[in-house]
Order: sequence, then structure tokens, then C-alpha cells
Amino acid sequence: MIAAHSVQLTKQLIPGTYIFDGRMAMKGYNLNRMCYSFNSAENRKKFKAFPEAYCHSFNLTREQIHAVTDLDVLRMLQLGGNIYYLAKLTGIYGMTVQDLGAQQTGLSLDEFRAMLASQA
Amino acid sequence: MARIIGALTSSHIPSIGNAISNGKQGDAYWKPFFDGYKPVLRWLEQEQPDVAVVLYNDHGLNFFLNNLPTFAVGAAPEYITKDEGWGLPVFPPYKGYPEMSWHVIESLIEQDFDIAMCQEMAMDHAFINPMRLFWPDENPPKIKTIPVAINTVQFPLPKPSRCYALGKAIGNAVASWPTDEKVVVIGTGGMSHQLDGERAGFINKKFDEMCMEALLNDPESLTKFSSLELVREAGAQGAEIIMWLAARGALQGKVSRIHSSYHIPISNTAAGVLALANN
Repeated sequence: MIAAHSVQLTKQLIPGTYIFDGRMAMKGYNLNRMCYSFNSAENRKKFKAFPEAYCHSFNLTREQIHAVTDLDVLRMLQLGGNIYYLAKLTGIYGMTVQDLGAQQTGLSLDEFRAMLASQA
Repeated sequence: MARIIGALTSSHIPSIGNAISNGKQGDAYWKPFFDGYKPVLRWLEQEQPDVAVVLYNDHGLNFFLNNLPTFAVGAAPEYITKDEGWGLPVFPPYKGYPEMSWHVIESLIEQDFDIAMCQEMAMDHAFINPMRLFWPDENPPKIKTIPVAINTVQFPLPKPSRCYALGKAIGNAVASWPTDEKVVVIGTGGMSHQLDGERAGFINKKFDEMCMEALLNDPESLTKFSSLELVREAGAQGAEIIMWLAARGALQGKVSRIHSSYHIPISNTAAGVLALANN
């Protein structure tokens, strides 16, 4: 039995995997709150027009704002983002979960797809 | 006395919704996936269940991190669908069954499951896509629904053993509902997949095949995993298999396999469907 508590205080217990525990939830609350707002088409439009201003209105940290405007998924995860919410942000730019997978693994989209298919 | 006639478990991958809407069931990419549902559809056609208890996980549509229940039971006359943020269509509401929902809620509390109770609840792809897969000709279908949301967003997740016990308690609740309605229990999510982190794209066919077998013959063996062990074996979002385990828990009779199908990949996910009869 392995416990989630303090997982990220040291190193990843499961390599390449971010466990969204209480510590991450505290860190990422505003980032996730912003992404949750993207359930509304009007908010998606507002964000797209002025991304930084929209981030500021949710009190994101400077680091989080950079990660958001760079669409840097790993960085957003490290800063407390939860993938279910982040998908609403990346969806605004038409990124699919395969695009996210390619970005995070450093593969091209075709390479990432081939990697998925190779596990069949 | 209402009777649970079986459990249906299915992946709920968002892109399934668009494939259905765009009529892509016959395309080379999608055909093996959709063909895997045909025997289940024949069984449903023959059995005509009246009620579906749907165990699913909300992905940040109805619940946010400000108020996040571990287990939540719907008690609404209907369940609306809403914009999830990335282009899935919004549909007319699904039919609820509030009288039976309250019976289930009361029974669960009696059995020491202190669930949240929801008289309004918006459904996301985790509910909608399996409903569209199992009732492809009607949207929404005539069947009455009782959604049960299980938290898979925020750790700590409920333990697999607890999810299995919740399913058992739901089975007891249904058995004490005083009509002769036929109930099907649906568990959605999985199978192995991971969307986030450097390990994104992780799939574990061996583990999924073991789960399919264990759900039929030895579900108790799956209750020995911790949530983190499920993440390790099935991927970060593969932990959604807890909904399958909960659905299996509701079957208290002699369980037999109607059909199972497994296909890699749909989107980033190992897609699976398993139909079990309860006699």
C-alpha cells in the first residue's frame, strides 16, 4: 500500500505522473478555477482576446501566467493544474489529448500516435 | 421487488461523442470499437430495462474543487447536459427517477454510505457517451436514470474496496424498491490511459485483460489495490476502473458474461466494454 500524502514533497512516486493531492490542489486552485470558467463560451472568448488580463483577474502567479500563455502543459501541472481542467484551456486552441500527449512526451504527433498503437 | 438484470461497463472517451454525431461508426478507425457494442445492444433490445443506475465521474462540469463530494447521488426529475468547454454537443435532458433516487439515498445512508444528494446535476461526457453507445437510436433514451458521481479528480480518491462496497449497497437498495422494474447498472470510464505527465500515453493491456477477467470471476481481488496502485498499473486516468468495480459490486446473483470487447487505442485510451448478466 502506498499513500498519496507528501508524494510531491520529495519525488514522483510513479515516474512521469503528477498526483493531484491536497498540496497540488492548494497550489493550483486559482489556475483550475480559471480553467473551470472556460465551461462558458463567453469566458473562452474573453480569455482569447486578452489572455494575460484574464489570468490576472483570477490572481494567477507570474509563473502560472507564463505557463498558460506558453500552453506548457507539464509546467502547468507542476504549478498545480489538474488535467481535467487544463483540457478546457488547451481545447480553446483546438489541442486534442493526443496533442497534449505529444507535447508532454517530446514526441511529434505521429510518433505519439505510433507509440499508442504499438501498445495494442 | 426491483431486479438488477446486469452491469454494463464502458469507456467514455470524449471523442466517441463526436464520432457518433458525425456518423463515423463505419470508418476504419472507429469500426472495431463500435462493432464491440453490437452484442450488448442486442441484449438490451431483448431485456428492455426500465432504470439505469449510472456510476460515472464528473470532469469539472457539475462539480468544482470548491465543493467536491466523494460520492454524490442524483435525485433530479431530469439531468441536463451543458457546454464542457471543448465543443461536445449539448443534448436534451436525460430522464430522472427522483422517487427511486430518494429510496436509494435513504438506503445508502442506512448502510453507512454518507453520500451527497443532488436535486440538480449536469451530466458530462462520462454519462452521455455510454448512454449514446448503449441506446444509439434514441437521444435521450426512454430509460429512467439515477446518476451516481464518484470523485476521480482530487486525491484522495475513494478506495477501490469502498467503491465495490458502494455498488453492493446500491444492489441492496434496488432489491428493496417495491416495483418489479428491471434495473441495469452502468459503470463508465477506463480502461488504462494517462493524459498527463511525462508518462502520457501509457496503456497497460495486460492489466486491463486481468481486470476484465477479475470483474467476471473474482471482483474481490481488485479491491486489494489502493488508488495509487491503480494509477501505477492503469495510468493516471485508468483509475476510473473504480466505476466498473462499483457497478460489479451491485451484482449479487450468479454472474455470467454476455460480451466483452477491447480495443487500443481510441484517442489516448484503451477502450473496453464489458456486459455481465445477473441471474
